[in-house]
Amino acid sequence: MEEYGGGDLLSEAMGYGARVVMVEDRVEAPGAFALHLLLKRALAGGGAAALLALAQPFSHYDRVLRKMGCNLSLHRKSGAKGGAISDSFVRLYGDIQRAMDASRTGDNTGRFTLMIDDASLLEVAASGSVDDVLDFLHYCVTLTSEVNCSLVFLIHEDIYSSEEGVGLLLHLRYIADLVIRAAPLSTGLAADVHGQLSVVNNYTFREQRPKAQRIWNFHFRVKENGADFFYPGSRH
Amino acid sequence: MAAAAAGGGQTVGRSSFSRAAAPHVASSSTAAGVKLGPNGAAFVSSGIPDLDRILGGGFLIGSVVMIMEDSDGPHHLLLLRSFMAQGVVHKQPLLFAGPMKEPRLFLGTLPAVASSKEDGRQRGMGAGTSSDGRASDEALRIAWQYKKYFGEEKTSHAELRDNKQEFSNDFDLRKPLERHLLNAQNIECVSTQEGDTLGVLQDQKMVEMRMLDGLLYNHSDWDMVSFIRSLKAMVRTSNAVAVITFPNTVLSSSFCKRWQHLADTLLSIKAIPDEDKELAKLLTGYQDMVGFLHVHKVAQTNSQVPVILEASTFSLKLRKRRSLVLERLNQAPVDGSGGPSVAASGSCSSSSQASQLDF
Repeated sequence: MEEYGGGDLLSEAMGYGARVVMVEDRVEAPGAFALHLLLKRALAGGGAAALLALAQPFSHYDRVLRKMGCNLSLHRKSGAKGGAISDSFVRLYGDIQRAMDASRTGDNTGRFTLMIDDASLLEVAASGSVDDVLDFLHYCVTLTSEVNCSLVFLIHEDIYSSEEGVGLLLHLRYIADLVIRAAPLSTGLAADVHGQLSVVNNYTFREQRPKAQRIWNFHFRVKENGADFFYPGSRH
Repeated sequence: MAAAAAGGGQTVGRSSFSRAAAPHVASSSTAAGVKLGPNGAAFVSSGIPDLDRILGGGFLIGSVVMIMEDSDGPHHLLLLRSFMAQGVVHKQPLLFAGPMKEPRLFLGTLPAVASSKEDGRQRGMGAGTSSDGRASDEALRIAWQYKKYFGEEKTSHAELRDNKQEFSNDFDLRKPLERHLLNAQNIECVSTQEGDTLGVLQDQKMVEMRMLDGLLYNHSDWDMVSFIRSLKAMVRTSNAVAVITFPNTVLSSSFCKRWQHLADTLLSIKAIPDEDKELAKLLTGYQDMVGFLHVHKVAQTNSQVPVILEASTFSLKLRKRRSLVLERLNQAPVDGSGGPSVAASGSCSSSSQASQLDF
């Protein structure tokens, strides 16, 4: 992912070039803010994005990103895929491909980002069929290797903590280049620190730069116009 | 309300903007029972004034409120009843779905509005007696209890009462709601025991309504999560609030988490056993407490910033066995003396409990 507007700990941790980014969160520490931030960065610098919004209506993202200084309505292509998910994943994939081709015409430099909020709801839409969800996501992953495209999705890690449902989560962790995990502080709620973020960067590792830092841990605080990232105790 | 114009002579900074109406004035011009807040938010009352205050206004319109209760405690029904009764009082359309055969009978258990005169006098007196009672003890009070003197208690109840009666009412749980109110009302009741309730509920036109859900037993877990997701989408685009209660023992832990993620506002209630000697020792006023209420999530409109409350666990009490109050739990000082308990009819907002519960 291009790191426009970066310069903070998160973009440093994410590095450059990861194509499949997975954001994990829990009820106590919602990770949607990371999606919003990545969407804003994806759209900056001439990129295009498709947002598969299952969790919130489009207006929500529009207003949140507007506070972050990004006008989503300007970037909006026709056919925002919110609300009721299509019955067939195949059709959905076709829509995504069409959206991507539409953004390709003329402008080739921008990077295309497919963002999914969230993968757990994809599973609900598939009535629990993990295979269908995985197939769909694999197709999306192949898109990233064929063309200049990246995939970012949110998944709720605490749903999968029991033995029965671990499959989807583990599989996705394996295929992801970058895993951003939001978790609550062990000391409980705080107004200054909303949680801790751990970033596991498999991409630089795979690129055989073993000296590069692979795991990052820091704290975050969500604001209306973005988020602050800082090491524990380094805020005043 | 137009911005106050600077004195006639100084027109240098005259602005062409006018300040937006303050929320409490605007509420009289919108539908009854709807309060406007910042950021385009609109609230309906939960039926419990303390809860409205804790949640920053009430239940957000367009949101899904979930109330979890462990085991088969009955206290979530108290919240449901207050919510429904509030809707009836404000003449808002209601949809109630529950697992019983005759859900209409549930309406008979809704509480009546507490008579305000009696209540007002009570509050006035309550504040008076507590301050009197406290005056003599003030010299003995240790500094840690200063919190009680600040915060909510300072607002004058008299001036708030008028606004409050419009938006949220106290309910007298001993008396049933007047029949005529129920009959004049657009109330639908659906029993979830009969077949395809999910389909039925999805066909309802919901405009400005409150909805309640009991637990749906005969459908697969995936169907239910899917239904809640569609419900959430429906509620978002209409002027409705959905309140769903469920005991979290019935769902597997992973589905329980799915439901929790879908909720905009998430509350959980834990019942306090009747005869727990341990708790009776730790908590003063234990006899009045019926349970603990924990606030996990508070709904937000169009914002990614989570709402962090100063305190998220409250004790649920039946004040004088008629009305529900929520009070903060205070930590006792290290010496564990527990502190003298203020008169039982004490102020309704700040907690008078000394508690050694760590939270």
